[in-house]
Amino acid sequence: MEKPTPVHGESRRNFIKKTTALTALAVTPGALVKAGENHESIASFFEKTPLKMEINGKAVEVLVDPGVSLLDMLREQLGLTGTKKGCDQGHCGSCMVLVDGKRVNACLSEATDNNGKKITTIEGLADGDKLHPVQEAFIRHDAFQCGYCTPGQIISAVACIREGQAGSEKEIREYMNDNICRCGAYPNIIAAIIEARDSGKKI
Amino acid sequence: MNTEKIIPPFAEDDDRVDGIEKVTGRATYTADFKPANMAYGVFVTSTIARGAVKNLLLHEARNAPGVLDILWYQNCPALPGYRPWAADPQKKGFEWRGLKIFDNNLVHYFGQPIALVIASTWEKALKASALVKAEYIQETFEVDFDSLRKDPSRLKPSGEYKRGEPDAYKKAAFYVESEYHMPIETHNPIELHATIAVWEGDKKLTVYDKSQGPKGTQNELARLFGLETANVRVITRFVGGAFGSGLRSWPHVPAACIAAKLVNRPVRIQLSRRQMFTMVGYRPMAWQKIGIGAAADGTLTGITHHAVSNTSRYEDYREGIVNASQFLYECPNVNTSYKILPLDINTPTWMRGPGEASGAFALECGLDELAHKLNMDPVELRIKNHAVLHPQSKLPWSSKHLLACYDKGRELVGWHQRSSVPGQLTDKGRRVGFGMGGGVFGAYRGNATVKAVLTAEGKLTLMSAVSDMGPGTATAMVSIASGAMQIPASKVSFLLGDTDFPPGPTQGGSATTSTLGGAVSIICESLRDLLKEIALKQVTGFAGLQKEDLEFGKETLFSKKDNSLRISLGDLVKATGKPQLELVKEAGPNPAVMQKYAMNSFSAHFVKLAVDMETGAIELLKVVCTGDGGKIVSPKTARSQMIGGAVGGIGMALTEEALIDLKTGRYLNDNLGSYLVPRHTDVPYIDTWFPDIADPVINPLGTKGVGEIALVGFAAAVANAVFNATGKRIYRLPIKPAMLI
Ligand code: FES
Ligand code: FES
Repeated sequence: MEKPTPVHGESRRNFIKKTTALTALAVTPGALVKAGENHESIASFFEKTPLKMEINGKAVEVLVDPGVSLLDMLREQLGLTGTKKGCDQGHCGSCMVLVDGKRVNACLSEATDNNGKKITTIEGLADGDKLHPVQEAFIRHDAFQCGYCTPGQIISAVACIREGQAGSEKEIREYMNDNICRCGAYPNIIAAIIEARDSGKKI
Repeated sequence: MNTEKIIPPFAEDDDRVDGIEKVTGRATYTADFKPANMAYGVFVTSTIARGAVKNLLLHEARNAPGVLDILWYQNCPALPGYRPWAADPQKKGFEWRGLKIFDNNLVHYFGQPIALVIASTWEKALKASALVKAEYIQETFEVDFDSLRKDPSRLKPSGEYKRGEPDAYKKAAFYVESEYHMPIETHNPIELHATIAVWEGDKKLTVYDKSQGPKGTQNELARLFGLETANVRVITRFVGGAFGSGLRSWPHVPAACIAAKLVNRPVRIQLSRRQMFTMVGYRPMAWQKIGIGAAADGTLTGITHHAVSNTSRYEDYREGIVNASQFLYECPNVNTSYKILPLDINTPTWMRGPGEASGAFALECGLDELAHKLNMDPVELRIKNHAVLHPQSKLPWSSKHLLACYDKGRELVGWHQRSSVPGQLTDKGRRVGFGMGGGVFGAYRGNATVKAVLTAEGKLTLMSAVSDMGPGTATAMVSIASGAMQIPASKVSFLLGDTDFPPGPTQGGSATTSTLGGAVSIICESLRDLLKEIALKQVTGFAGLQKEDLEFGKETLFSKKDNSLRISLGDLVKATGKPQLELVKEAGPNPAVMQKYAMNSFSAHFVKLAVDMETGAIELLKVVCTGDGGKIVSPKTARSQMIGGAVGGIGMALTEEALIDLKTGRYLNDNLGSYLVPRHTDVPYIDTWFPDIADPVINPLGTKGVGEIALVGFAAAVANAVFNATGKRIYRLPIKPAMLI
C-alpha cells in the first residue's frame, strides 16, 4: 500500500514577515481611530497590513497582523468559520479554500500573500439556499460523519472535478489524498464525487 | 422479555438532519465560537520527561505585544476539587482525576503544560509562548515499554481470571502460543480539542467544550471550582470526531477556566496538533501472550491470555484487553491475567473499542494460527466453537446473530476463492490472501432524560444534553420519533449539545442510540397517550371511544372505526388551549430483566488483499464488515459508522504508530505528516452488512450499537489475510512493507 507523502512540511512559524510600516501608513485615519478603540495599541496597529480581496463574491477590506495565516484571517477576523483548522501544518486538508480557482491550504498561506485575490470558501459554494451539486452529493452519500473535514473535502472535490482530475476512481483518490477524514468516510466521499461529476450540473 | 414494545423506526428519507449545516460550513464546533472580548491561551510545555520546574523566566514573554497574563503554578488559585479534603464535606468523594494542571511544579512527562500564555490574539500568544524559558530539576525517566514490561516488580496486577484448568492449552493435541505487540495509537480527531471559558461574576461559568458528554463535563467543572451545577453551562453543538478522547475533561479544560478568571475575559484554548498527542490520551501500548489449544476436530480445550499495557506514572488506566478471550468462544479452560506498567508519559484513555480492539488482535490472530495448524477453515473453527450461552455467566444472550454474519461475510468477500495454503493465489504478480477476524463489545443501556415539545403547528422538538461526535445521534432520534409519532422527519427536530437541556448520557461504549433512543421511544409513548386522552376528553366526535380505538398516521390521530374521524396533532394541541404541549421523561433499563441476559454486539470482518513481494506493499482489494448491532435505526449512518470503524482498523493494522524517543521521552512523530492515519488511497470500497434483527431485551427499539464492533477484530482480519497471502505471521502492529520482504 502506498503511504501518503506529506506534501507540505512548512510550519506557520517559519512565515516570512512581509509587513512593512510603509504599507500600514496607507490606511485611512478612520480605520486608525477604530483600531485604537479596539484595545489595540497604535503601535501594533502600524504593523498591520491592509488587504483587499474578493471573498465569496464580495469585496472585503481587512487589516491583518504580521504572520496571520489566511486561515486565521478568515476564521478569527472575518468570522468565516466554515474553513477548519485541523493541524495548521499543511497535513490534513481541512483548511482548503480556492484562491483564484486553485485549491490552497489556507493554514500555509500568509494572509498578506492573498492581496487582490479571489477567495472561495465553503460558505461561498451554495447559491443562497440552493446547495452546490457537490454539497448535495455529499449529503446523499453520507460522505461524512462528524463533518469537520467536510468543508475541506468539498473544496478539494470541487477543484478535482473542475480541473478534470476526476477521471477514474484511482485518479480521484490520488487528488483527494491531501484531505484526511478521521471518521473514515472515504468510500462515500469518492461515491459523492463521482455522482457530482456525472450529474451534468455545472460544478 | 422487555415489556416496552418495539416501535419500528421509520425513515421517509434518511439523510442526516444536520447534513446541510455540515456541508455549508454552518455547523459550529467549539473553536468556531468567539464570545465578545475573547482572549487566546497557548501552552508552554515541558521539555523534560520527569522532574520539576525550578523557575520560569517570564519577563520577556510578559512584555511581548498583546500578552495579558501568564498562568502557571505560582499564580494558580487553589481549586476546591484539587484539595477535596479541604473543601466542604459534600465534595467528599470527588477529586479531579489525573493531571492537576498548574497545581504544583512537578513534571510527569515530556510535553506537559507548565504555563499558559494569554494574549489578545492567537498569534501573539503563540509568539510570546516561545519566549518563556524554563529552568528544570531533572530526574531520570522511564519510557521503554518493551524492556520494562519484562520486570515483574514494576507491573501493577489488574485482574486475573480462571475457569477450569489453567494453561490447559499446553496439553491439547494442537496448540499455538504467540506474543503480540501493539504501539501507541492516538485518536487524533481532525477537530483539535478546544475549550472556551466565559465567567459571569464568580459564580457562573459557561464553557464551550469538545466533549462527548456535556453533562459529565458540567459535573466535573462544578465540583472542581466549587460551583452549583446549575451555574455551570457546557455547550457542545458539534464535535469534530473524538473516538474516546472527549470522554473526560483533560487539563486544558480547567486551564481555560482558570485563565478566563485571571484575565477577566473569555479565553479560548485550542490545542495544537502536537498537543493532541500529549494532552488528550491515546490507546496504550500493549504486549500480549496468547495460547490456544484444540482437539483434532477443532474443539477448543484451553485459552490462556496474558496482557500488559502502559499507563502514566501519575494515574492508572486499565482496559478490558483480555476480557473477550473469556467469553467469545465456548471453551472449558480459560485463564487470563492483566497488568499495567506505569511510565513517564501522559495517561492513556479509552479509544474506540477500548481493550477489546487490542485483545481481539491477539485472540483472532491466534485462532487463525490454530486453524492453520489444524488444517481447518478459520471460519469453520469459529463456528465449531460458537458459544450459545455466555461461557462465564451461562446466561443466554439477549440476541446473537454472529453465525449469520460469518455466512454473509464469506459470501460477500468471495471466501470460496481462498486457498488454505498460503501464497497460492496471485494477481498481476502479487500474492493475494483472504483473512477474517471477529469482534465483540458490550451492549449497554443507561438512563437518559428527554424533553418533548409539540406545537400547535404540529412540530415536534425533542431535547437532551448529549453531544454527537459524528455517528448521527440527532438523525437517529428524529427517525425514531418520526416513526413513533407518524410525523415527517422534516417536522421533527432534536436539540442537543447544551447542559440547559435535560440530562442525557455521555456518548461512548456504543450506547447512545440504545440509551437515548430508548428514552425517545418512551417519551413518544407518553406523548401518544396524552394526545389520545386529549382527543377523548376535549374533542367533539371522539367522546365515547376508547384509547385502543385510536391510531396515529399522517400527522393525525384517527379512529380505527371511522377513518374520517381524524384530527391533526397540531389541532389536538390547540384543543388544550395552550400554545404547546411539553413533556419531560426519564427512562432507563430494567435491571431485573437485564440481569437475566448477557448482552453484546458482534462483528465479523473479512479482507481480501494483495502483497507485492518485491516492495512489501499491501493493497486492500475488498473489505467486508458484518455486524450484529440489533435493529439498525438509521441504515445510512450505521453504514457510515461501520465503514469508519473499518478505516480505523486499517490504520491500526497498517499505518498508525506513535513513537516515543527513548532518549528524551518525547513523541517523535507528533503530527499528521508522520503519524500516518489512513488516507483516500489507503481505503477501498467497503461493503457492510447487518442482520438487522431487533434485540428483544435491551430497549424498546431493539438496537445494540455498532460503534465499537466496527473496529474490534479488524486488524486481525488484515494480519490473517497477510499470512494467507505470504505465509508470514505478523505479531507486531502496524504491519510494514519491510516485514514482508
Ligand atoms: S489545517 Fe491546514 S492542512 Fe491542516
Ligand atoms: S467526517 Fe469526521 S473527519 Fe471527516
